[in-house]
Amino acid sequence: MNLKGRMWVIGGLFAFIAVVFIGRLAQLQLGSPEWTDYAARLTESRETLDAARGLIYDRNGQLLVTNQASYDLLYTPRLAREGMDTAAFAALLGWKREALEAAFAKADAYASYRPSIIVRQLPAAEYARISGELWRFPGVKERTRAVRSNQAGLAAQLIGSFGETSADDLKNDAFYRLGDYKGKSGLELQYERELRGRKGVRYHLVDVRNNYQLPLEGGRRDTLAVAGADLTLTLDRDLQAYAERLMAGKRGSVVAIEPATGEVLALVSAPTYDPDLLIGPKRSAHYDSLLHNPGQPLYNRALRGTYRPGSIFKMVQGLIALDEGAIRTNTRIPCDRNIIGCHGPHSYDNLSEAIVHSCNPYFHEVMKRMVQARRSNNLFEDAALGLGNWTERIKRFGFGTDLGGQLPGVRPGSVPDTTYYNGIYGQRSWAFSTIYSIAIGEGELLTTPLQMANLAATIGNRGWYRTPHAVRDVGGRGKPLGVDSLVTTGVDPELFDPVISAMQQVVEGVGGTGRRARTPGISICGKTGTVQNTNALEHSVFMAFAPMDNPQIALSVYVENAGSGGSWAAPIAAQLIESYLADSLSNPEREARILAARDPFPETP
Amino acid sequence: MSRRLQIRNRLDWFTMMLVAAIAVLGWLNIASATAGSEAVDWLTFDGKGGKQLLWLGVCTLIAFLVLNVEGEFFVRISILSYLSLLVVLAAVLVFGKVIGGARSWFAFGSFSLQPSEFAKSTTALMLAWLLSRGDGKLRDLKTRLQSIAIVGLPAGLVLLQPDAGTVLVFGGFVFALYREGLSGNVLVVAFAALVVAVATILSGAGTVAYPFFGPATGVYVLWAVLAGGGGLVLWFLVQSSLPRERKRLKRIGAVAILGALVFSGAMQFGLEKVLAKHQRERIHVLFGLDVGNPDADYNIRHAKAAIGSGGWSGKGYMNGPMTAYAFVPEQETDFIFCTVGEEWGFLGSTAVILLYLTLLLRLIYLAERQRSNFTRVYGYGVASVLFMHVLINVGMVLGLAPVIGIPLPLFSYGGSSLMGFTVLIFILLRLDAERFSVLR
Repeated sequence: MNLKGRMWVIGGLFAFIAVVFIGRLAQLQLGSPEWTDYAARLTESRETLDAARGLIYDRNGQLLVTNQASYDLLYTPRLAREGMDTAAFAALLGWKREALEAAFAKADAYASYRPSIIVRQLPAAEYARISGELWRFPGVKERTRAVRSNQAGLAAQLIGSFGETSADDLKNDAFYRLGDYKGKSGLELQYERELRGRKGVRYHLVDVRNNYQLPLEGGRRDTLAVAGADLTLTLDRDLQAYAERLMAGKRGSVVAIEPATGEVLALVSAPTYDPDLLIGPKRSAHYDSLLHNPGQPLYNRALRGTYRPGSIFKMVQGLIALDEGAIRTNTRIPCDRNIIGCHGPHSYDNLSEAIVHSCNPYFHEVMKRMVQARRSNNLFEDAALGLGNWTERIKRFGFGTDLGGQLPGVRPGSVPDTTYYNGIYGQRSWAFSTIYSIAIGEGELLTTPLQMANLAATIGNRGWYRTPHAVRDVGGRGKPLGVDSLVTTGVDPELFDPVISAMQQVVEGVGGTGRRARTPGISICGKTGTVQNTNALEHSVFMAFAPMDNPQIALSVYVENAGSGGSWAAPIAAQLIESYLADSLSNPEREARILAARDPFPETP
Repeated sequence: MSRRLQIRNRLDWFTMMLVAAIAVLGWLNIASATAGSEAVDWLTFDGKGGKQLLWLGVCTLIAFLVLNVEGEFFVRISILSYLSLLVVLAAVLVFGKVIGGARSWFAFGSFSLQPSEFAKSTTALMLAWLLSRGDGKLRDLKTRLQSIAIVGLPAGLVLLQPDAGTVLVFGGFVFALYREGLSGNVLVVAFAALVVAVATILSGAGTVAYPFFGPATGVYVLWAVLAGGGGLVLWFLVQSSLPRERKRLKRIGAVAILGALVFSGAMQFGLEKVLAKHQRERIHVLFGLDVGNPDADYNIRHAKAAIGSGGWSGKGYMNGPMTAYAFVPEQETDFIFCTVGEEWGFLGSTAVILLYLTLLLRLIYLAERQRSNFTRVYGYGVASVLFMHVLINVGMVLGLAPVIGIPLPLFSYGGSSLMGFTVLIFILLRLDAERFSVLR
C-alpha cells in the first residue's frame, strides 16, 4: 500500500475548503448589497437638526411670538427593566400610578428598545422642578423641544396654533418626521414654509449601544439647519391689545385697516383665548374645552363670521346708484312707509339725509331704479339684467369675494345673483318686488366684518382699496408679492362727497346714530348698523374711518346681541380710533362703560 | 561546518515567514478591533494590541529556544509531556477558573493560561512516538486502539471543561491517522455520520402529530425511515448480490443501520439533554431553523454584516465601524476574521485564507520530505490541528458552521493560543532542520 499518495487526498481537502471559504466570501462581500445595507443600518445614525422657527413681530418691530424650550420625557422600556420605581416616578410627575403604568405598557408594546414619549411639552418651570430627580429613574430621559410662546397672548385666532403633525401632514410633506411640530392654523399655517426654515442633518457612526461616535465620512454629507424667516405682521400690537381689552366679555369682532395700504392694524374675534392654552401637556384637554365653549373662541368671526350688512349697505347702494345715474346727489325721494317700514322723523330726504336717517323707502326706490332700469321690456328679463349689473358692481366693493384671500381662513360671504334667484324662484319668475329686501342690506345678502372694514377703507379712499393683508415682511425680503393688489370700484371719486359728509353727520350731527363715537379733535366718519335677529337682541355694528381727509384707519366693530349700532359698536370704534391717532384718551367714562359691559347685554340700549 | 550553522541553513525559512506574516497580520487586526474610536497608542501595553505585541515578543523567544533544542529531546519527552499534560488537564477541571462557561483556564494574577492549547502539541508528539515504533503502520488493531486512546484521553478531559471546539480539533488527528494507514472508509463513515447528524438535528427540531400518540419530536420519523427504509434497501441489495457475498453484505448492512440508529439516538440525547439551550439554539440557527429568540443569531448576523460590508477592498485599516464599535462580539479573539473582512475586504480576506492554505500545504510538504517517521506523523498532526482550527473558526465566522469558540491560529488575540501554536510549529521546524542527520 503506497500511503504517500494520501497526501494528495489531504492536501486536496485543504484546498477544497479554502475554495469553499473564498466562494462564501465572494457571496457575502461581492454579492448583493444586503449585508452592506445591514451594516450601515447598524452603524450609521442620522441626526436631524431642527431649525429655529421664525419669530413674529408687529408692524413696529415689537415681538409677538417667540420660541421657548419645553421638555418631553422619553422612556425606553429595555433600559428601565431593573430599578424603575413606578410609584416614586408617578409621585414626582403628580400622576396616578395606574396611568403611568398604562403609559409604560403602551411604550413597551410599541418597542422595548426605542424611546417613547410619555410626557409631552413640560414647561421649563415644571421641568426644573423634576429634572434633579430624573437620574433615579433608569430609561427615562428628556428631550428639549422648541414650542411657540405668544408673548402677550394676542391675536390668537389670526396667528393660529402650533402643534404636532398629523398623519396627513406626514404623508403629504416629506419634510416632516413623526413627532415634528408645525403651524396648524392661522398665519402659522399659512406661512409654515417660510417660518419652518430648513432642517440640518448630521450623520454619525454609532457604537453598539447607539451612542454617537465619529461623524460619518468626516461630516462631508452633513448640513446645517437654516433658521426660518421672521414674519413682520401689519398688526399694531398696542391697538390689537386695546381692541382685545375692549372686546373682553363680549361676542363679536374688530377689524382695523390702514386705508392707503390695506394693512390690517388689528383683528379681533371675541371671545378670544390665551394661545398658551394650546401648548403644553394639557393641550388636548384645553382644545376640547375651547371647541365646546358656547362662545366658540376658536372661530374667527372677523374673517369667517357672516352677517346681514343692514343699513351700512345703504351707502354702497347710494354710491352705485349715483354712478349708474339712477339718482343724483340732490335727488329726493318720499319716505313712503307703506312700501317698507322706517323710523325717525323725516319724510323727503336727499342721499346724505337718507344715509343719516337710514331711510328704508329711499333705498327701496334707489334699488328699484337700478334693477328695473328698462333694459328690457319684459319685467322679469329687465329684473334679471338689472340685478346682473348690480351684482357686478357690488362685487367690485369686495362683497361676495375673499378680498384677495390673503388672510387665513377668510370667507366670501354671499351676494345673491341671478343664478341664485333663478334657482329659488325659477327663471323669469322673479322681479324687483320679489327680492327688494336686499335693497336695505337684509335678505340673502351676507357680509363679513372684514368686508365692512374694507368698505370703510374704500369709502375713505374714495373708490379704491388694496387687498387687506396681515404680513408686511418675510425674512427681510419685504412684502410677499401680490398681497396688496389695487382694486378700484369704478365709482367716480367725486360721487363720494355726499356719502362721506353723511357719515360725518352720523357721528357729528345732532341726533346722529353714531354720536357716541364723537371724539374731540378727530373727525370720524362712521355708519351704524343694526342687524336684526329673531328671538335675540340685535347685533351692534359700526364701521368708520378717520380722519375724514387723508384717513389713517378704517374699521368695523361688531358686538353680537348688544342692541343698536350706536350703543356699543360706535363707542368702541371711537376708543380705538383715538388710541391709534391721538396721544391720549379723552373719554375715560366711555372707556369704563365699555369695559364694564358684558355679554349678555340688557334689553334696553 | 558546525552543527548549529547546519541547523540554520536547513531551517525552513519559508514556513517561518508564513508564520510570522500571519502573526503580524493578526496583531495589526487585533489593534484595530480593540482600538474603538481612540487613536492607538502602540507603545503602551494597556490595550490588547499592546499585550499581543508583548506575546509576540515572548513567542519569538520561545521559538528561538525551541529551535535550539536537540530534536531527540522532543522524541524523548513525548511520553512524559503527554502524561504531564493529562494531569494538568485533570487539574484544571478542579482548580481552573471559569471563563465563558468553561473551566479551561489557570489564573495567575492578571493573566491566565489555557492548558488545552499545549495538549495539542503533546498529543501530536505522543501519536508520533507511538506510530514511529516498529514499522509504525496502523495495521494491527492494538495500534489503532492505542492511537484512538492517545487522542481520546485529552479530548475527553477537554470535553468535561466543556470546550467542544477543542474536542473537534482533536478529531482532526484522524487526518494524520489516515495518512499512516487508517482505512479510507473512516472518512466515508465520517461523511455518513455527518449526514445522519444533520438529519437528526433537522428532524429533531420539528414536531409531528403521530397517530395514537399525539405530537412529539420528528426524530422518530427519521428513525423509522432509517430502520425500515435501510432494511428494505439492504434486502434488495442482498437479493441482487451473489450468494457467496450475501452473508458479508448482511453483516455490514446490519452494522451500518444499527450504527446509524445508535449514533442518531446519541445525538438526539446529546442535543436535548446535554447541550445548554443557547448551544442548541446556535446549532438550530446555523440550519436556518426558527428558534423563537431574535437574539440567538445576533453574533452571526453581525459577523456576516461586518464581513459582507467590506466589499471588494474593505473600508480601510482602522476604519471599520462594525469592528471599532463592538458590534461583533469577541471580535479580537474568535471573531477576528470579521475585522479582516470589514477592513480589508474580499481581497484581504482571500489573501489571509490563501496564506493559511499555503502554510497547510507547506506543512504537508515538510512532513512528506522526512526520512523520520516520527517527524512525518508529527508534521501531519500539526497540519491537522491547524486545519481544524481554520475550518471551524472561519466556517463559524462565515456562517457555515455553528458558533463554536476556538481561535484562529496565530491570528486571534490570546497568549496561550499563540504560545501553543508557536511550540507546535517550531518543534516541527527543528525536527525538519535535522531531517538529514537522523533516521528514526
